[in-house]
Amino acid sequence: MTKTSGLRVSGWRGGALAVAALVVCVIIAFVAGRFPVSLSDLVHALWSRLSGQPSGLPASVETVIFNIRGPRVVAAVLCGAALAVAGTAFQGLFRNPLVSPDLLGASSGSALGAVLGIYFSLGIFAIQGLAFVGGLVAVAAVYAVGSAIRAGDKILVLVLTGVVIGSLLGAGIGLIKYLADPYNQLPAMTFWLLGSLAGTDPSDILPLFGPVLVGTIVLFLLRWRMNVMSLPEDEAQALGLATGPLRFAIVAAATLVTAASVAAAGIIGWVGLVVPHLARFLVGPDFGRLLPTAAILGGGYLLLIDTLARTIAPVEIPLGILTAVIGTPFFIWLLAVSHRSWS
Amino acid sequence: MLLGASALIAAPHIARAATLDDAAGRVVTIPAKAERLFPAGPPAALAIYTLAPEALLGWTRGNSPQERAYLHPEYGALGPVGRLTGRGNTTNLETLLQLKPDLIVDVGSVNRTYIEMADRVQAQSGIPYALLDGRFERIAASYRLLGALTGRQSRGNELADYCEHVVRTCRDRIASVARDKRPRVYYARGPRGLDTALGGSINVETIEFMGAVNVAGETKGGLATVSLEQVLLWNPGIIITIDDTFAANVRNDPAWKGVKAVQSGNVHLSPTLPFGWVDFPPSVNRMPGLWWLGKILYPALFPENLTAVTRDFYTRFYHHAPTDAQIAAVLEGRG
Repeated sequence: MTKTSGLRVSGWRGGALAVAALVVCVIIAFVAGRFPVSLSDLVHALWSRLSGQPSGLPASVETVIFNIRGPRVVAAVLCGAALAVAGTAFQGLFRNPLVSPDLLGASSGSALGAVLGIYFSLGIFAIQGLAFVGGLVAVAAVYAVGSAIRAGDKILVLVLTGVVIGSLLGAGIGLIKYLADPYNQLPAMTFWLLGSLAGTDPSDILPLFGPVLVGTIVLFLLRWRMNVMSLPEDEAQALGLATGPLRFAIVAAATLVTAASVAAAGIIGWVGLVVPHLARFLVGPDFGRLLPTAAILGGGYLLLIDTLARTIAPVEIPLGILTAVIGTPFFIWLLAVSHRSWS
Repeated sequence: MLLGASALIAAPHIARAATLDDAAGRVVTIPAKAERLFPAGPPAALAIYTLAPEALLGWTRGNSPQERAYLHPEYGALGPVGRLTGRGNTTNLETLLQLKPDLIVDVGSVNRTYIEMADRVQAQSGIPYALLDGRFERIAASYRLLGALTGRQSRGNELADYCEHVVRTCRDRIASVARDKRPRVYYARGPRGLDTALGGSINVETIEFMGAVNVAGETKGGLATVSLEQVLLWNPGIIITIDDTFAANVRNDPAWKGVKAVQSGNVHLSPTLPFGWVDFPPSVNRMPGLWWLGKILYPALFPENLTAVTRDFYTRFYHHAPTDAQIAAVLEGRG
C-alpha cells in the first residue's frame, strides 16, 4: 500500500463520490424500463404519495412505479450492498483477496434450499424461506465441523471445510435437478440458479431488508476489530483480541446478509468478489470507511446491472450472466491502469 | 471390433426381416415380434402406451397416483425405466438389455445429436432403435410409422386418422378468422407467472398452431423470464398458464390488475391430468388441448361439449373411460 494511484480518492470524498453515483443510478433505474415512465411521471407520482393528492397519472404508471419497478430497484440495491458487504468482511477475515461470500457454502446452501422448494412445488414464500434457511444451515454446518477439527491452522481448516461441504451441496443440487421433472421444474431451477429480480414485489422487501440491515450494522460496529483481524492471527491475539468469538460474529453477520440476498435474487456471482476491491481502491483498507463504500458501490453496481437486465430486451437477461460479462472487462481495465498493489 | 462382431452375430437372425425408414431416414429393421417396446423418453412412452399398452416395458418416470386414476390400472402403473436420450441418461445399457426389448422407440427432435445417439445405442445393444418426429403436426405420421414398425398398422392408422381429423377441423375453423382478429395470448409458467415461451418454442406449439398471437413470440427461442412491466406493455387479452399457484394468486395481485386478461377474467389454468393439455410432455396429450384452446380463443367457433370430447379422447387413447367427476376435475385444471 505504498504506491498510490491518481485514481485514488482519499478520505470521505471517496464515500461522497460513491453516494453520488448511487443516487444517479437510482434515478436512471426509475425512469428506464420496458414500460414508459418519464421523469415528470415519477415526480408527480412521488409527490402525490407524499401529499396524499391524486396524481392524475394512469393507474398502470403508478402500478409500475410503486408495485413493480420500485420494489425491484430497492431489492437490487439491497442485494448488491449485501453481497459487497459480505465479500468485504470475508476478504478481511480470511486475509485473502480471492474470497467471495459463498466461501463457506452460503450460496450453495441457499441454492439447495431453493431447488428443493421448487422440486416439491412449494409457493414463492416457502421457496425463498428455504433458500434463506439453507444458506444459514450450510454455513453453520461448515463452522461446526471446522471448529471441531483441532489440527492445524484454524482459518485454513475452516476454508477447506467450506470447500468440501460446498461441493457436497453442489452434488445435492445436481441430484435434485437430475430427479426433477424436465419439462416444468428443471427450467425453473435453472432460471433460479442464474439469478434474477424479475419477480420482486413489495412483500419481498422486508425479509430482505431486515437481515441485511442487522448483519451490516453488526459488521460496522466491529469495524475497528476487523482492522486488527486482518493482521496475522498471533499478532491479533497479542493485541488482546479474542479472535474466536469475533470470527464467529463476523461469519454469522456476513452469512445473514448473503443468505437474505440469495433468497431474494438467486445466485449472483462477481459482486461479492470484485466490488470490495473497487471500494478498497477508492477509500483504502480501513474497514470503517471500506464497509459503507463497498455497500454503496455494490448496491449501485447491481442496480445498474439489473436495470440493463430488464431493459435491453423484451425478455430478461439473467443477472449472474450480466454481472460477469460487464464487470470482467471493467475489472481487467482497472487492474491494468491502477499500477498498485491490491492486497 | 466387438461392436462389428456383435452386429455380425445378430445379422443372420434379422436378415430376412423387412426394413423401414424412420423419421430421420435411418433404416430400421422391423422386429419379427414387437411385444416388448422400450421408450427412450416421456413422449415415446406416451406414444407406445396409446398405441400398444400391452407392449410398453415401463414409463420413463413412474406415474403418480393422481395420474394413474386416469390410466389403465395395469399398464398405467408400470414402473420407471429411466431415460435414454443424450447426457440426461438415467438408464444403463445393461439394464436395457435385461429388459430384452424388441424395439427402442424415441419420439422427439430429429437432429444430429439424437441420430448419432440412436445409431450408437443400436450398435452397442443390437436392438433396433427407431426415431420418430415429435413435432405436433407429425403426430399422425409418427403413429402410422410406429404402427408399421410394430405390426399394428390398423391401430396406428386409427389413432393417426383421429389426430388428423382433429387437426384438420381446427385448422379449417381458424382459417376464417382474420389476422388482426386473432387473440393475443401470454403463456405463463412458474409460481410468479413470469416465465414464458418464446416464438417457435415447443411449449407453445399448440397455442401458435391455434392461430393465437404469442405476445412473446417476436423473439424466437425456448423458455425465458420476462418482467411484469413487459407483460403490462404487451397487455395480452388472454393468459394461458400451467401453474396453479400463479392462477390462484394472479386475480388478487395488485401488480397484475393492469393486465387486460386479468381484468376480464381471462386467465386459464391448463388441465394437466393425466398429462398436460398444453405444454408437457410434448406428445399426443396436447390433442384435447386444441378443443380447450379453441373454446378459449374463439368461443363462437368451438361449440363442442368439452366433457364429451374429453371422454372420447381419454377412452380411445388412455384406455380408461373417465367418470363425470373425473372429467370435471380435469377441466377444472387440477384433479
